[in-house]
Amino acid sequence: MSEVKKAPEGLYYTKEHEWLRVEGDLAVVGLTDFAQDQLGDITYVELPEPESEVEQMGEMCVVESVKTAADVYAPLSGVVVEVNSALGDAPELINQDCYGAGWLVKLGDFDRAELENLMDAAAYRLLMAEGE
Amino acid sequence: MKTIFEKSRPGRRAASLPCSRVDERFCQLSQLPPELRREKPAELPEVAEIDLVRHYTLLSRMNFGVDVGTYPLGSCTMKYNPKFTEWAARLPGFAGLHPLLPQLRRGGLLAQGALRVVYELEQLLKQITGMDAFTMQPLAGAHGELTGIMLMAAYHKDKGNQKSIVLVPDSAHGTNPASAAIAGYQVVTVPSKDGVMDPVAFKEKLNDEVAGVMMTNPNTLGLFNPHIAEITEAAHRADAIMYYDGANLNAIMGYAKPADLGFDIVHLNLHKTFGTPHGGGGPGAGPVGVVEKLMDYLPISRVEMRADGTLFLNYDHPNSIGYVAPFYGNFGVCLKAFAYILALGGEGLKEVSEDAVLAANYLRVKLGDKWEVAFNRPCMHEVVFSAEDKAADYGVSALDVAKALIDEGFHPPTVYFPLVVKESLMIEPTETEALENLDAFIAAMGRIADKAAGDPEALHAAPITTPVGRLDEVAAARHPVLKEPEDQGA
Amino acid sequence: MLAALGQGSVAELFEVIPERLRARAWDLPPGMSEPEVGQYLAKLAGLNAQDLVCFLGGGFYDHHIPAAVDALISRGEFYTAYTPYQAEMSQGTLQSIFEYQSAICRLTGLDAANASMYDGGTAIYEAAMMAVRKTKRKKLIVCTSVSPIYRIMLKSYTVNLHLELVEADLSDPSALQGLLDQDTAGLILQNPDFFGVLHDYAPHFEAVHAVKGLGILGCNPIALAVAKTPVEMGADIAVGEGQPLGLPLSFGGPYLGFMAAAEGLLRTMPGRIVGRAHDKEGRTGYCLTLQTREQHIRREKATSNICSNEALCALAAVIFLGLMGKQGLVELAELNMTQAAYARERLGAIPGVEAVDQGPWFNEFRVRLPIDARVAVSRMIDKGIAAGFPLGRYYPDQANNLLVAVTEKRSKEEIGYLAEGLEAVL
Repeated sequence: MSEVKKAPEGLYYTKEHEWLRVEGDLAVVGLTDFAQDQLGDITYVELPEPESEVEQMGEMCVVESVKTAADVYAPLSGVVVEVNSALGDAPELINQDCYGAGWLVKLGDFDRAELENLMDAAAYRLLMAEGE
Repeated sequence: MKTIFEKSRPGRRAASLPCSRVDERFCQLSQLPPELRREKPAELPEVAEIDLVRHYTLLSRMNFGVDVGTYPLGSCTMKYNPKFTEWAARLPGFAGLHPLLPQLRRGGLLAQGALRVVYELEQLLKQITGMDAFTMQPLAGAHGELTGIMLMAAYHKDKGNQKSIVLVPDSAHGTNPASAAIAGYQVVTVPSKDGVMDPVAFKEKLNDEVAGVMMTNPNTLGLFNPHIAEITEAAHRADAIMYYDGANLNAIMGYAKPADLGFDIVHLNLHKTFGTPHGGGGPGAGPVGVVEKLMDYLPISRVEMRADGTLFLNYDHPNSIGYVAPFYGNFGVCLKAFAYILALGGEGLKEVSEDAVLAANYLRVKLGDKWEVAFNRPCMHEVVFSAEDKAADYGVSALDVAKALIDEGFHPPTVYFPLVVKESLMIEPTETEALENLDAFIAAMGRIADKAAGDPEALHAAPITTPVGRLDEVAAARHPVLKEPEDQGA
Repeated sequence: MLAALGQGSVAELFEVIPERLRARAWDLPPGMSEPEVGQYLAKLAGLNAQDLVCFLGGGFYDHHIPAAVDALISRGEFYTAYTPYQAEMSQGTLQSIFEYQSAICRLTGLDAANASMYDGGTAIYEAAMMAVRKTKRKKLIVCTSVSPIYRIMLKSYTVNLHLELVEADLSDPSALQGLLDQDTAGLILQNPDFFGVLHDYAPHFEAVHAVKGLGILGCNPIALAVAKTPVEMGADIAVGEGQPLGLPLSFGGPYLGFMAAAEGLLRTMPGRIVGRAHDKEGRTGYCLTLQTREQHIRREKATSNICSNEALCALAAVIFLGLMGKQGLVELAELNMTQAAYARERLGAIPGVEAVDQGPWFNEFRVRLPIDARVAVSRMIDKGIAAGFPLGRYYPDQANNLLVAVTEKRSKEEIGYLAEGLEAVL
């Protein structure tokens, strides 16, 4: 397990390399360390409009580096409650601290049953290992 | 270098305007109501002609064109552009001609020369491609693609077909999927096998929903797809339209025609195949040709001949998709391509393809000692190498190779495209580079390969001979500065 | 070279093309020498009218082009380069585009300009699509005084896209009531309008903003020297045909579409954009930036399919604007207005001829003739004058209306010939 592919325990993961953390009624979403490493220096994040509705594994936002752009998918269906506006001036937060200050959005009004469709850290690490 | 705005000095000017000589009461500006006027003049530069001429001359010296040296930028066909075609485009009878003139009653008689250029170019392009009719309207290659997809849509609509998908191989130019998507289609990518679109995978994706298939042949790897007949026949059975991206037509002139290969629509990049200058990114021209079943849908107007031999603009094509450009295309570019084709003639064009293919294969073989060819078999007009081994062994990427070539005095090949080859270097030498230029390029690539093994750091530092080194594109994208601030040169 | 390949003939390299698919005929004429091609093309050029006094406009104008424009754009280093993918050896193209973007921003007052679109019509279409993408709405409202050529283009491009295109005479902003709604993506207007009349569209754009739609303004770049700017009117996107900025009429192209937008729309803008950057040693340079919007990266999700643009025409435009300069461009605009005003008075004095609009105008205006304008114009051609554009071509209810353009190149005498000639043929 290389350092770059670290995936902390206690989070949910998607195969598209998003992570999700349940915090009470909210679900915080971000990009995994693997994803930020693949993208390289992130230059821009197109965040969704607050109050917009998203569907599980539907396109939620776009992150851009100099040479690529990647769609970010919503791990759960729900409503965008808050977006990380700090990313507007400092998209590099995703590269620096993807599981912390580099979070993307907070979802509310989601269906916990959909958590079943996500991976835990161990399963995600396995996916990473298979990908090699 | 300072910008033209920074060189501005209050009160300086270059403008030389005629005197009005009409009565002062006609001066309208002071009578213009304030709510219709801008508050203050635009802060354009205030410079003398000599300041401006030196500024842009100095800038030109910070640029590299085919006139300066070898420019093997894959897929872009950077061949030499003969100068007499420029002279032709500047003839006052062409350059000064207002496009609305032939739309006036009897005005067409005063534009017969220009209409003849359009008409005769159409006949030549029909012969070169085997198509039944052409429109000169599309203003660039990608614009031709969009026009072609619109023609495809009009055809299916007319036939009552419900089709929503366009198939595109994974090696396609980015413009192909973008054009199809912008015209309202869903794009489905077909994987390649052994460098070309796989007919088996193609047939798996082909169904009644497929409106058309966009292909380049030879493709962006410089490989001719030998399964092309199988692909076009299957597509036609599903009533899908075969679209030929003519970006690489320069490889097969005289040997094969898109219509004979089974294609229904073709766009040509006149600026590539027929040697008109690329202008630092444009203008180009992207005429579109079609087989008979699509002729009714071509944009209007079309240049047609009357019984007496005179030419006129015919707008009376009720099934036409309409206008894709205001007039008759990038006429100036079409005129240069026309002059180019006239000069070369049939045999000359065939030689263009032969020499382009020969040069690419020469590089394939000669560079093969030190560089890994993506698909090592005879190629057409271009050849793709991969720097993947250099990246793995020495940490030297395709980008490093490109930058090192700049220091060697060459324009680099296309890098990181096509996407199907990692660390790709896509090289298109074109037919106009003499053997000694190809050998010089081979020698430079050899030195770079040696340096990759011996002194990779030197390659990371390249280029060192240019006015600026590698620019921090990340910072430029994070905090875009896209214009001179207003207080500068105000 | 063949020996190096171990091949006997060039034809062997083409063996990959299946025999049955090979070209059966190749009936092209034999090649010609440079003087022969020259002679032929000079003959064709001679079949076109060379000395016609031109009062044709319609968005494309016979302006003077200073000699320095062609001298500079003809430098091979500019002319024979391509898209500046390799920034270090393309600083000439890149900096000139940056300067062009700056000049377009200064003319329009908007925040960001792209490196060019194909022409004015495709620029309007791209602006309309920006509004559709940005607002995620489907309705576009277009004023009938926007160029009819561009309106046909817009219709042609959008026919399969499930958009609602509404055309209406919107000279009076109250006409917008009942048209603007929650599905309105954008409102498209033109200044001066197709009939040469200058407007203040501030109320129109205020109204479209009230329903959260975008305002798009088509502009004549020389009129922008004096006219209220797009940003002063509240437009979100300004577009236009850059041909008046030093490009020959050339029978319809190559021309130049310019586009500028408010900062919030930057990421939805199509086409190439050049940004300022620095190298490790702190030297200033220029590079293509924000490329993730473009087709070579985003493929089917790109903001546009545009690749080749009109870079050399943009270079001509920024050189033209530099030659005119801050004061010169204003004087040029004023001169156009003055000559046109004189022509209006001369034509208005002809019995049976009257101005259609109240003005104020820029360098073009329409007059109503007592006969079909097509007939009058065809009679004028015999006198060596292209008297204008008969509007019946695009407006069936305006058969007698003639659109007359007068640039700084039209002398008092030529305007006199126009008036005398027209009076004689009516």
